Amino acid sequence: MQPLTPRRILGVCAILAGVLFLVVVLSLRLGAYPMSFRAIITTLYYGALGQTERIPTDFRLVIFGLRLPRIALGIAVGAALAVAGAGFQALLRNPLADPYVLGVSSGAALGAILSLVFAPHAVIAMQGAAFLGAAATIAAVYFLGRRGGQIESTTLLLSGIVAASFLSAIIMFLMTTLSGRDLRGMAFWLMGDLATPPQIPMGFLFVVTLAAVGAIYTTASDLNLILTGEQEARHLGVNVARVKLVVYLSASLLTGLAVSVSGAIGYVGLLVPHVIRMIFGSDYRILIPATALGGAIAIVLADTLARTIVAPTELPVGAMTALVGAPVFIYLLRRRVR
Amino acid sequence: MSAPSTPASGFNFGANPPDDPEVRVSVEQASYAYSVTDRGAPKFALGPVTFEARRREIVAILGPNASGKSTLLKLLAGLYRPLSGFVRVDGFEASQLDPRERAQKIALVQQESALLFPLRVWEYVLQGRYPYGRRLRFESEEDCLLAANALAQVGAADLRDRWMEQLSGGEKQRVILARALAQQPSLLLLDEPTQHLDIGGKVELLRRLRKLADENRYTVIVVTHELNLAAEFSDRIVLLHGGKCHLSGAPSEVYRREILGPVFEAPLDVEISPSGRPRVRLRDGMGRDSG
Repeated sequence: MQPLTPRRILGVCAILAGVLFLVVVLSLRLGAYPMSFRAIITTLYYGALGQTERIPTDFRLVIFGLRLPRIALGIAVGAALAVAGAGFQALLRNPLADPYVLGVSSGAALGAILSLVFAPHAVIAMQGAAFLGAAATIAAVYFLGRRGGQIESTTLLLSGIVAASFLSAIIMFLMTTLSGRDLRGMAFWLMGDLATPPQIPMGFLFVVTLAAVGAIYTTASDLNLILTGEQEARHLGVNVARVKLVVYLSASLLTGLAVSVSGAIGYVGLLVPHVIRMIFGSDYRILIPATALGGAIAIVLADTLARTIVAPTELPVGAMTALVGAPVFIYLLRRRVR
Repeated sequence: MSAPSTPASGFNFGANPPDDPEVRVSVEQASYAYSVTDRGAPKFALGPVTFEARRREIVAILGPNASGKSTLLKLLAGLYRPLSGFVRVDGFEASQLDPRERAQKIALVQQESALLFPLRVWEYVLQGRYPYGRRLRFESEEDCLLAANALAQVGAADLRDRWMEQLSGGEKQRVILARALAQQPSLLLLDEPTQHLDIGGKVELLRRLRKLADENRYTVIVVTHELNLAAEFSDRIVLLHGGKCHLSGAPSEVYRREILGPVFEAPLDVEISPSGRPRVRLRDGMGRDSG
């Protein structure tokens, strides 16, 4: 009997943070402008000390102006989507739940586009609208997925797929009203893309992501019990309604935020929690922080591949995650059906 | 034996220690109705029920299907608030307790839901310690000790490191019971615990419950369809019929041909076993076709 300790969680997080650092350095290295690892480390070192005058100008521009902001965006978005996936899986008691598969990302994208059409210059209107779109979609999918008071796995997934295609149709309709130049950017954004810098400050993105992940983390012990059965959790003293509300709002916020800055990147919320569970077990006290770091690693890696694999052309990062995610989803679905 | 505790008012929801400290559960005129609306009359699921349960006692709740057994169990577990009367556990109104406090006093064992992700037996039993910590909690050494003790109490110490989904029906039932014991409750509620067990498993489980009640001063309330096992192992029977409490008392008072026959709508005979307990059997010749 070896119960989970905070020490073990810290150890696992330290290892994953180390892996993330290596992936970040690798991602900084790769690209059209060649840089050695040594140059990258030196640039990062002087950058961390604030002695930017000691860094060559082109290095400074490439690292701090181009590559690092994109990587930072990838870290925030990856963590947000992966934790949102783990949250939805517990909320809906379905290991196949993912913001993209459930149509929540499409709901957030519709919200974001509506805000662009009706209030293009309002501050954080896009994030707010994306959050509302995500929250409304998951609520609709939840009620559509219920049969006889119980959530049925297949009905839920089908409801999500139908919701996604319905919302995509509305998005297409709205896109026809946009000019040709916006259209290509919008199409890329819909596939999930980290190339466009977000319109909100990076600090804001990180603070809100951390707050929402933290809110879900406070319910980690409760989620462990809810996963063994809602009735049982209630008998053991869990305030199930409160926990569900916290997870519902936080996971919707994470999805809305991620979609508003990077579009609908799929399958991260499905793949990452699944891999973390296989390695570290399904205890949410370790799963949430490990999933956040794992999501960051996955997106930074996927984006690095997306911008180097057919260089100088770039793929949207969502195409990379879907290439890996869709077959894994089918595998998991078939294994469950058997 | 002293008179049952009678409160001054049925609306007193606070702590009200019973006159007799041996009385652990007192149910007085407790009723419950589903879908009470302003327009229609309440649809009664359970008419007024009155009974007591003491320390070391096993009470069996019997009755045909749809007689209100599950509703009564939920009232006892504090999950429903009675429409009238009260349900008190250790002097506290069960439905008014904070969920964690309630889980420290009352453990409810039901047919468990399917697990979503694999779990070891010890992890499952440790969940019983949840009511004793802060919201985000890590288990202490004491928690582990109590979980190990709970497993030993149900004779499942050797199952500790097994996966839950690898257990047989009987083993799983013991582990679920161990998680309830890890809650250190004073009242143990069981909803048809023998449902998926063979006869050996049924007898073993009820023996264990008898031992837990006798040695650890638990009060055990069991909803069951097993008339003969209930007669053999329980101290008190609450017989429900059509959403009403038909009768409650010692097995010898309730197990009568003229009472059980009409309630279960079956030709039943009652005889006294060598142990002095009543025993139910189908009336002679009723098992065969008359033709």
